[in-house]
Amino acid sequence: MSDSVELYSKAVLDHGRHPRNRRVIADCSHSAKSDNPLCGDDLSVPLRIDQNDVICEAGFDGRSCVLATASASLMTEMLVGKTPAQAKMLFQRFHALAAGDAEKLNGGMDVEATQMTVLAGVHAYPARMKCATLAWKTMLAALENERNQQ
Amino acid sequence: MKAVAEEIERQGALERIDGGSFASACHSPAGCGDHAGFYDVEAVRADFPILEETMHGYPLVYLDSAASAQKPFMVMEAEYAFYAREYANIHRGFYVLSQRSTERYDQARRVVKEFLNARHEHEIVFTRGATDAINLVAASFGEAFLKEGDEVLLTGLEHHSNIVPWQFLREKRGIVLKAAPVNGAGEVPLDEFIRLLGPRTRLAAFAHVSNVLGTVLPIAEMIRAAHEAGAKVLVDAAQSVAHSKIDVQTLDCDFLVFSGHKLYGPTGIGVLYGKEELLDAMPPYQGGGDMIASVSLERTTYAPLPAKFEAGTPPIAQAVALGAAIDYVTALGLDRIGAHETGLLAYATERLSAIKPLTIVGTAQRKASVLSFVMDGVHPHDIAQMLDGRGVAVRAGNHCAQPLMTRLGLPATVRASFGLYNTAAEVDALAEALEEVEVVFLQ
Repeated sequence: MSDSVELYSKAVLDHGRHPRNRRVIADCSHSAKSDNPLCGDDLSVPLRIDQNDVICEAGFDGRSCVLATASASLMTEMLVGKTPAQAKMLFQRFHALAAGDAEKLNGGMDVEATQMTVLAGVHAYPARMKCATLAWKTMLAALENERNQQ
Repeated sequence: MKAVAEEIERQGALERIDGGSFASACHSPAGCGDHAGFYDVEAVRADFPILEETMHGYPLVYLDSAASAQKPFMVMEAEYAFYAREYANIHRGFYVLSQRSTERYDQARRVVKEFLNARHEHEIVFTRGATDAINLVAASFGEAFLKEGDEVLLTGLEHHSNIVPWQFLREKRGIVLKAAPVNGAGEVPLDEFIRLLGPRTRLAAFAHVSNVLGTVLPIAEMIRAAHEAGAKVLVDAAQSVAHSKIDVQTLDCDFLVFSGHKLYGPTGIGVLYGKEELLDAMPPYQGGGDMIASVSLERTTYAPLPAKFEAGTPPIAQAVALGAAIDYVTALGLDRIGAHETGLLAYATERLSAIKPLTIVGTAQRKASVLSFVMDGVHPHDIAQMLDGRGVAVRAGNHCAQPLMTRLGLPATVRASFGLYNTAAEVDALAEALEEVEVVFLQ
């Protein structure tokens, strides 16, 4: 399948079918849940941020398509060790990549950019942008949603 | 392949002899028979320019006619010719062009009247679509005649367009909404529907055909039962009008709605049929030009039917083109179209049933040419995306029918739907692409 193969690369299928960090984090400090009623998907992203303001654990759970799952899996791998501010910057870079605006990735092809490139194919499929960014937007919401405030 | 197509057509012929629209599905596309072709599908396909397009290097296999049907060039030509030679605003024009335009618009109404076998032309109201028509009835009939505690009975498989307008009315009038339940096969059992009809039921509003599952509802019996309970009936024929002949006098429904674009016609036009005495008694829906008899700043009197419900400049060219679309399907024959599609549905059901991880959703005894399915372990969106890579256009999601999806316990399905131009070879393309999905995602 010519064009879809680009989107469903080995790496995407690997993350999509064997996602990393798909788990509930019982002692998470931050969490949020989003859904996309149009596709019936829902996704929760729990984070544990330590006293030094560093994300030390990131997970996700819910039901979603391969693209959204792969994106969530990649994201949770990349978040660990980041501060919330760095996580937000990471989102901006991912969003630029998914929107086909690779120049905005600024800073060239560092490790993170290379990791994200796995999902770069999505920019050819605007209808799937929502899938690719679902976990990331949920993560942003989680950063604003400390658990003891709930 | 040819043998299969011929067999499908033969089966269709048998069903046509059996009589009745929505013939039950045949289950044996294999084998052979005589050449009782309904129509030359290849010749019909030549009428649809878009079918020559390729997608990602593959021929377009358009299996989304339930969302919107493609247009034959006769429909495009009708709109073009009207704009090119006959267009002006209608009514009250003192010049010949306006009179000609008015005549063409009125003629389109006559075509719809004949198509539905309505008693009068003025029982046909042009709207923006089926959604607009339901909103019209909910606002006009609903607000004028329904009181707090009155009941409107729907079914559990309605499109959002036959749910939300009634919820608006509930907000305004305090009516009670009920929904006849859907069984595991995706049918609305008649006795359950009848059980929910009560002394307060003022209106029953239901789809003729489910847009998600293709279920054909027993509307004749439902209409009779609703009338016996003293309720009026609105039939949402958006999904049936392109597949089976509808006779509003035989059905005796009080309202019936459909959209032009699902009937191989243009977007932006639809039809509300309503019985004369009801439309007469109902207040206008929107205020504006054309719907009035006289206006002073103190008081306005309204125009007679159907102008009372057609405020403002209507979609004139679209009405003309809808007339051309109706002429097109009528010439081909709705019973022949229905039989052709029934054959395709049966063949598709058989091909897709052979794909192990695939489950067909909706196994009603009577189905129109809609096939919903899910695949174990693959999200419907990923399936649709992969099919697109093979040029196969299907829809994935909740199909604007969330209550039904909740009932089925599914977040989404993939839906393939067939129109008069689809072929058995296209069903093969669908099945082969699905087999590839299985390889890529599950092996």
